[in-house]
Amino acid sequence: MELSRRVSVVSGLRYRGRAGMLTWLLHRITGLGILLFVGTHVIVSFFGQQFGDDLAFAINAVYESWAFQIFVYFSVLFHALNGTRLALMDLFPALISFQREMIWLQWLIFIPVYSLPVYVMVQTALSGA
Amino acid sequence: MRSVRPTRSAGSFEYGMWLFTRISGLALLLFGAISIGIGFLLGGRQYLSMPAMFRWMFFPNPNHVVNSDIPDVSLGWSNAFWQIYSMLMIFLATVHGFNGLRMVLEDYTERPLLIAFLRGLTMLLLVAGIIVAIYVILAS
Repeated sequence: MELSRRVSVVSGLRYRGRAGMLTWLLHRITGLGILLFVGTHVIVSFFGQQFGDDLAFAINAVYESWAFQIFVYFSVLFHALNGTRLALMDLFPALISFQREMIWLQWLIFIPVYSLPVYVMVQTALSGA
Repeated sequence: MRSVRPTRSAGSFEYGMWLFTRISGLALLLFGAISIGIGFLLGGRQYLSMPAMFRWMFFPNPNHVVNSDIPDVSLGWSNAFWQIYSMLMIFLATVHGFNGLRMVLEDYTERPLLIAFLRGLTMLLLVAGIIVAIYVILAS
Protein backbone atom coordinates (compact mmCIF):
# COMPACT_ATOMS: atom_id res chain seq x y z
CA MET A 1 0.00 0.00 0.00
CA GLU A 2 1.30 3.36 -0.93
CA LEU A 3 1.64 6.26 1.41
CA SER A 4 -0.93 8.90 0.61
CA ARG A 5 0.43 12.40 0.33
CA ARG A 6 -2.95 14.06 -0.10
CA VAL A 7 -3.34 15.46 3.38
CA SER A 8 -5.56 18.47 3.97
CA VAL A 9 -4.13 21.58 5.60
CA VAL A 10 -6.44 21.17 8.60
CA SER A 11 -5.33 17.62 9.38
CA GLY A 12 -1.75 18.71 8.79
CA LEU A 13 -2.14 21.42 11.41
CA ARG A 14 -3.88 19.03 13.80
CA TYR A 15 -0.96 16.60 13.68
CA ARG A 16 1.14 17.08 16.80
CA GLY A 17 4.70 16.04 16.09
CA ARG A 18 6.24 18.00 18.98
CA ALA A 19 9.87 19.19 18.90
CA GLY A 20 10.98 16.96 16.02
CA MET A 21 8.17 18.22 13.80
CA LEU A 22 9.05 21.83 14.55
CA THR A 23 12.72 21.34 13.67
CA TRP A 24 11.78 19.42 10.50
CA LEU A 25 9.44 22.20 9.42
CA LEU A 26 11.94 24.96 10.27
CA HIS A 27 14.73 23.06 8.49
CA ARG A 28 12.61 22.96 5.35
CA ILE A 29 11.47 26.59 5.52
CA THR A 30 14.94 27.95 6.33
CA GLY A 31 16.51 25.79 3.61
CA LEU A 32 14.11 27.08 0.95
CA GLY A 33 14.61 30.59 2.34
CA ILE A 34 18.40 30.37 1.99
CA LEU A 35 18.01 29.06 -1.56
CA LEU A 36 15.71 31.98 -2.38
CA PHE A 37 17.92 34.65 -0.71
CA VAL A 38 21.18 33.38 -2.16
CA GLY A 39 19.76 32.64 -5.62
CA THR A 40 18.23 36.12 -5.84
CA HIS A 41 21.42 37.70 -4.50
CA VAL A 42 23.62 35.91 -7.06
CA ILE A 43 21.39 36.81 -10.04
CA VAL A 44 20.87 40.40 -8.87
CA SER A 45 24.58 40.96 -8.16
CA PHE A 46 25.42 39.61 -11.62
CA PHE A 47 23.07 42.12 -13.26
CA GLY A 48 24.32 44.93 -11.02
CA GLN A 49 27.96 44.14 -11.79
CA GLN A 50 27.54 43.68 -15.54
CA PHE A 51 24.93 46.27 -16.48
CA GLY A 52 24.82 48.66 -13.50
CA ASP A 53 21.10 48.03 -13.13
CA ASP A 54 19.41 50.30 -10.53
CA LEU A 55 16.83 47.71 -9.54
CA ALA A 56 19.66 45.29 -8.81
CA PHE A 57 21.33 47.72 -6.40
CA ALA A 58 17.99 48.41 -4.73
CA ILE A 59 17.36 44.70 -4.16
CA ASN A 60 20.89 44.21 -2.80
CA ALA A 61 20.41 47.17 -0.44
CA VAL A 62 17.33 45.44 1.00
CA TYR A 63 19.27 42.19 1.26
CA GLU A 64 22.09 43.84 3.22
CA SER A 65 19.84 45.88 5.54
CA TRP A 66 19.99 44.97 9.22
CA ALA A 67 16.29 44.07 9.41
CA PHE A 68 16.61 41.53 6.60
CA GLN A 69 19.88 40.18 7.98
CA ILE A 70 18.02 39.15 11.15
CA PHE A 71 16.01 36.67 9.05
CA VAL A 72 19.06 35.59 7.06
CA TYR A 73 21.02 34.94 10.25
CA PHE A 74 18.13 32.96 11.74
CA SER A 75 17.89 30.79 8.61
CA VAL A 76 21.61 30.13 8.25
CA LEU A 77 22.25 29.45 11.94
CA PHE A 78 19.20 27.24 12.44
CA HIS A 79 19.85 25.28 9.24
CA ALA A 80 23.52 24.80 10.17
CA LEU A 81 22.83 23.65 13.74
CA ASN A 82 19.94 21.39 12.81
CA GLY A 83 21.87 19.95 9.88
CA THR A 84 24.82 19.19 12.16
CA ARG A 85 22.49 17.40 14.56
CA LEU A 86 21.01 15.35 11.71
CA ALA A 87 24.42 14.44 10.33
CA LEU A 88 25.64 13.44 13.82
CA MET A 89 22.57 11.26 14.34
CA ASP A 90 23.14 9.59 10.96
CA LEU A 91 26.83 9.03 11.66
CA PHE A 92 26.23 7.65 15.18
CA PRO A 93 22.83 5.91 15.15
CA ALA A 94 23.06 5.31 18.90
CA LEU A 95 22.25 9.01 19.32
CA ILE A 96 18.80 8.56 17.75
CA SER A 97 17.40 7.41 21.08
CA PHE A 98 18.52 10.74 22.56
CA GLN A 99 16.82 12.82 19.87
CA ARG A 100 14.75 14.84 22.32
CA GLU A 101 17.78 15.70 24.45
CA MET A 102 19.73 16.65 21.32
CA ILE A 103 16.96 19.00 20.21
CA TRP A 104 16.98 20.60 23.67
CA LEU A 105 20.75 21.01 23.42
CA GLN A 106 20.36 22.48 19.95
CA TRP A 107 17.94 25.16 21.20
CA LEU A 108 20.22 25.77 24.18
CA ILE A 109 23.04 26.60 21.76
CA PHE A 110 20.83 28.39 19.24
CA ILE A 111 19.14 30.89 21.56
CA PRO A 112 22.25 32.69 22.91
CA VAL A 113 24.23 32.42 19.65
CA TYR A 114 21.29 33.91 17.78
CA SER A 115 19.97 36.48 20.21
CA LEU A 116 23.21 38.16 21.29
CA PRO A 117 24.28 39.29 17.78
CA VAL A 118 20.69 40.27 17.00
CA TYR A 119 20.64 42.40 20.14
CA VAL A 120 23.88 44.09 19.06
CA MET A 121 22.59 44.59 15.50
CA VAL A 122 19.32 46.16 16.63
CA GLN A 123 21.07 48.35 19.20
CA THR A 124 23.63 49.57 16.65
CA ALA A 125 20.94 50.25 14.05
CA LEU A 126 18.63 52.11 16.43
CA SER A 127 21.41 54.25 17.90
CA GLY A 128 21.77 55.85 14.47
CA ALA A 129 25.01 54.31 13.22
CA MET B 1 1.48 -12.39 5.71
CA ARG B 2 3.81 -11.29 2.97
CA SER B 3 6.58 -8.85 3.67
CA VAL B 4 7.10 -5.94 1.29
CA ARG B 5 10.40 -6.06 -0.52
CA PRO B 6 12.07 -2.69 -0.90
CA THR B 7 12.59 -1.64 -4.51
CA ARG B 8 16.22 -1.54 -5.53
CA SER B 9 16.11 0.74 -8.54
CA ALA B 10 15.23 3.90 -6.65
CA GLY B 11 17.93 3.30 -4.06
CA SER B 12 21.23 4.25 -5.59
CA PHE B 13 20.55 7.83 -6.74
CA GLU B 14 18.58 8.75 -3.65
CA TYR B 15 21.20 7.16 -1.38
CA GLY B 16 23.94 9.04 -3.20
CA MET B 17 22.14 12.36 -2.78
CA TRP B 18 21.37 11.54 0.87
CA LEU B 19 25.07 10.96 1.50
CA PHE B 20 26.07 14.02 -0.54
CA THR B 21 23.72 16.24 1.46
CA ARG B 22 25.32 15.17 4.77
CA ILE B 23 28.91 15.45 3.53
CA SER B 24 28.42 18.75 1.69
CA GLY B 25 26.59 20.28 4.65
CA LEU B 26 29.40 19.44 7.06
CA ALA B 27 32.02 20.47 4.48
CA LEU B 28 30.34 23.86 3.95
CA LEU B 29 30.45 24.55 7.69
CA LEU B 30 34.16 23.63 7.76
CA PHE B 31 34.89 25.80 4.71
CA GLY B 32 32.94 28.69 6.24
CA ALA B 33 34.84 28.42 9.52
CA ILE B 34 38.20 28.43 7.69
CA SER B 35 37.40 31.40 5.47
CA ILE B 36 35.93 33.54 8.25
CA GLY B 37 39.00 32.77 10.36
CA ILE B 38 41.31 33.90 7.56
CA GLY B 39 39.06 36.94 7.01
CA PHE B 40 39.67 37.93 10.63
CA LEU B 41 43.42 37.34 10.27
CA LEU B 42 43.53 39.56 7.15
CA GLY B 43 42.25 42.50 9.18
CA GLY B 44 38.53 41.93 8.94
CA ARG B 45 38.01 41.82 12.70
CA GLN B 46 37.95 45.62 12.65
CA TYR B 47 34.84 45.64 10.41
CA LEU B 48 32.31 43.40 12.10
CA SER B 49 28.89 43.39 10.55
CA MET B 50 26.56 40.52 9.69
CA PRO B 51 26.67 40.97 5.87
CA ALA B 52 30.47 41.28 5.93
CA MET B 53 30.83 38.09 7.95
CA PHE B 54 28.57 36.21 5.54
CA ARG B 55 30.67 37.54 2.64
CA TRP B 56 33.91 36.19 4.11
CA MET B 57 32.30 32.99 5.23
CA PHE B 58 30.48 31.72 2.19
CA PHE B 59 31.92 33.46 -0.87
CA PRO B 60 35.52 34.60 -0.22
CA ASN B 61 36.06 36.32 -3.53
CA PRO B 62 37.74 39.77 -3.97
CA ASN B 63 34.83 41.30 -5.85
CA HIS B 64 32.48 40.25 -3.06
CA VAL B 65 34.66 41.05 -0.05
CA VAL B 66 35.59 44.52 -1.42
CA ASN B 67 32.17 45.79 -0.30
CA SER B 68 33.05 45.33 3.37
CA ASP B 69 35.95 47.82 3.79
CA ILE B 70 38.48 45.08 4.41
CA PRO B 71 42.01 46.48 3.85
CA ASP B 72 44.07 45.29 0.85
CA VAL B 73 41.53 42.94 -0.66
CA SER B 74 43.62 42.29 -3.76
CA LEU B 75 46.54 41.12 -1.62
CA GLY B 76 44.62 38.68 0.53
CA TRP B 77 41.80 37.30 -1.56
CA SER B 78 42.67 37.45 -5.27
CA ASN B 79 44.68 34.33 -5.86
CA ALA B 80 44.14 30.87 -7.26
CA PHE B 81 43.65 29.36 -3.80
CA TRP B 82 40.53 31.39 -3.09
CA GLN B 83 39.26 30.95 -6.67
CA ILE B 84 39.39 27.17 -6.38
CA TYR B 85 38.05 27.37 -2.81
CA SER B 86 35.07 29.48 -3.95
CA MET B 87 34.33 27.22 -6.89
CA LEU B 88 34.33 24.15 -4.66
CA MET B 89 32.05 25.90 -2.19
CA ILE B 90 29.69 27.07 -4.94
CA PHE B 91 29.48 23.54 -6.33
CA LEU B 92 28.72 22.02 -2.91
CA ALA B 93 26.23 24.74 -1.97
CA THR B 94 24.24 24.81 -5.22
CA VAL B 95 23.96 21.03 -5.49
CA HIS B 96 22.99 20.81 -1.78
CA GLY B 97 20.41 23.58 -2.18
CA PHE B 98 18.82 22.50 -5.44
CA ASN B 99 18.73 18.87 -4.32
CA GLY B 100 16.81 20.09 -1.27
CA LEU B 101 14.41 21.98 -3.54
CA ARG B 102 13.96 18.83 -5.64
CA MET B 103 13.16 16.78 -2.55
CA VAL B 104 10.58 19.28 -1.30
CA LEU B 105 8.98 19.52 -4.76
CA GLU B 106 8.80 15.73 -5.10
CA ASP B 107 7.17 15.47 -1.68
CA TYR B 108 4.20 17.44 -2.97
CA THR B 109 4.06 16.10 -6.53
CA GLU B 110 2.58 12.79 -7.62
CA ARG B 111 2.38 12.86 -11.42
CA PRO B 112 5.53 11.32 -12.97
CA LEU B 113 5.49 13.71 -15.93
CA LEU B 114 5.33 16.73 -13.64
CA ILE B 115 8.16 15.30 -11.52
CA ALA B 116 10.30 14.89 -14.64
CA PHE B 117 9.53 18.47 -15.72
CA LEU B 118 10.36 19.88 -12.26
CA ARG B 119 13.59 17.87 -12.17
CA GLY B 120 14.59 19.32 -15.52
CA LEU B 121 13.77 22.84 -14.38
CA THR B 122 15.76 22.38 -11.15
CA MET B 123 18.71 21.01 -13.13
CA LEU B 124 18.55 24.01 -15.47
CA LEU B 125 18.58 26.47 -12.55
CA LEU B 126 21.46 24.54 -10.93
CA VAL B 127 23.61 24.67 -14.08
CA ALA B 128 22.78 28.35 -14.68
CA GLY B 129 23.67 29.21 -11.08
CA ILE B 130 27.02 27.40 -11.28
CA ILE B 131 27.90 29.09 -14.61
CA VAL B 132 27.06 32.59 -13.31
CA ALA B 133 29.02 32.01 -10.09
CA ILE B 134 32.10 30.66 -11.93
CA TYR B 135 31.96 33.66 -14.28
CA VAL B 136 31.91 36.03 -11.28
CA ILE B 137 34.82 34.17 -9.67
CA LEU B 138 36.99 34.18 -12.80
CA ALA B 139 36.13 37.74 -13.85
CA SER B 140 37.16 39.28 -10.52
